[in-house]
Amino acid sequence: MRLNYPSSVRIIRVPCTGKVDVLHILRCFERGADGVYVVGCREGDCHYQSGNFRAKKRVEQAQQLLDRIGIGGQRVRMCNLSSSDAPLFVRFAEEMHAAVLAAGPNPIRAARAAQKKATASSGMGLHP
Amino acid sequence: MIVADRKPIEEIIEQVKDLRSVLVLGCNECVTVCEAGGKKEVGVLASALRMYFLQQGREVNVGERTLERQCDTEYLEEIRDSIDHYEAVVSLACGVGIQFTAERYPSKAVFPGVNTCFMGAALERGVWAERCQGCGSCILATTGAVCPVARCAKRLFNGPCGGSTAGKCEISKDVDCAWQLIVDRLKALGRLEDFETLCPIKDWSTDRAGGPRKVIREDLRS
Repeated sequence: MRLNYPSSVRIIRVPCTGKVDVLHILRCFERGADGVYVVGCREGDCHYQSGNFRAKKRVEQAQQLLDRIGIGGQRVRMCNLSSSDAPLFVRFAEEMHAAVLAAGPNPIRAARAAQKKATASSGMGLHP
Repeated sequence: MIVADRKPIEEIIEQVKDLRSVLVLGCNECVTVCEAGGKKEVGVLASALRMYFLQQGREVNVGERTLERQCDTEYLEEIRDSIDHYEAVVSLACGVGIQFTAERYPSKAVFPGVNTCFMGAALERGVWAERCQGCGSCILATTGAVCPVARCAKRLFNGPCGGSTAGKCEISKDVDCAWQLIVDRLKALGRLEDFETLCPIKDWSTDRAGGPRKVIREDLRS
């Protein structure tokens, strides 16, 4: 089909979305990702019965946690599609891209940059 | 196992918000099995705390460590060399582990990262129920291995009260009547005559009523 989707999306392959844990999602944000979306099989179509339902619950947990620490739960989403449904894959990518643009950059990146700047300037003061 | 539940992140943040370094300390035993304070939960909490502090513009060293047990001195000794890098500890162990960590490291503030609930069993994934209250004088032999201390709301010893309806307790439709369970079990075992035997007044001095308890085994002491 050769469909195009936003180049901002980086794909991390997992054997099943049931493998994705809250910790994996949090680590992405800690390392500066602006958003994370988990794309699993359609509900009821999981080869492992309930992997995508587990992923859905973990995405909800991550949303709650990110809301509570001020990063914003809207940066995480669960999407379901059939593996052969490329147009829907593109649509999800575009929707997520738009959602991330609306949410703005991950505040962690700015905080890290400010911290680095402060460390550098204090270092310069010590060793001019 | 000892069943614990996660504390809301806001409550933990409130405890540690003024610190410059904190060690999140998990336990590999009961709290790992009930998914409240094992290595994974340590990772999630530490990650959330790091992001919180970064957003506040604060440089806080949040460490992660999970011990085999926090209720045994030999495992707690494993952090002897590294604990001085931290101002305080958030322990994700049960109340026992939290207190024992504080006892071993008197100069460190130790905060609870979980709410310790009860001694219970996993009914299914994500559901735990109380089964034992550690009364110190087990009577399960006469009750078909169903405990009226832990499972009867009134801790009755000689049959159900008037609140037992259709096998459920009057406190909630979701709570089984312990005495219904006992009678059903004795019937299945062909030991219903045990139900006729009057249970003598229980000695509660081995329970919490006798104050904090200890078990001393002279045969094991060195």
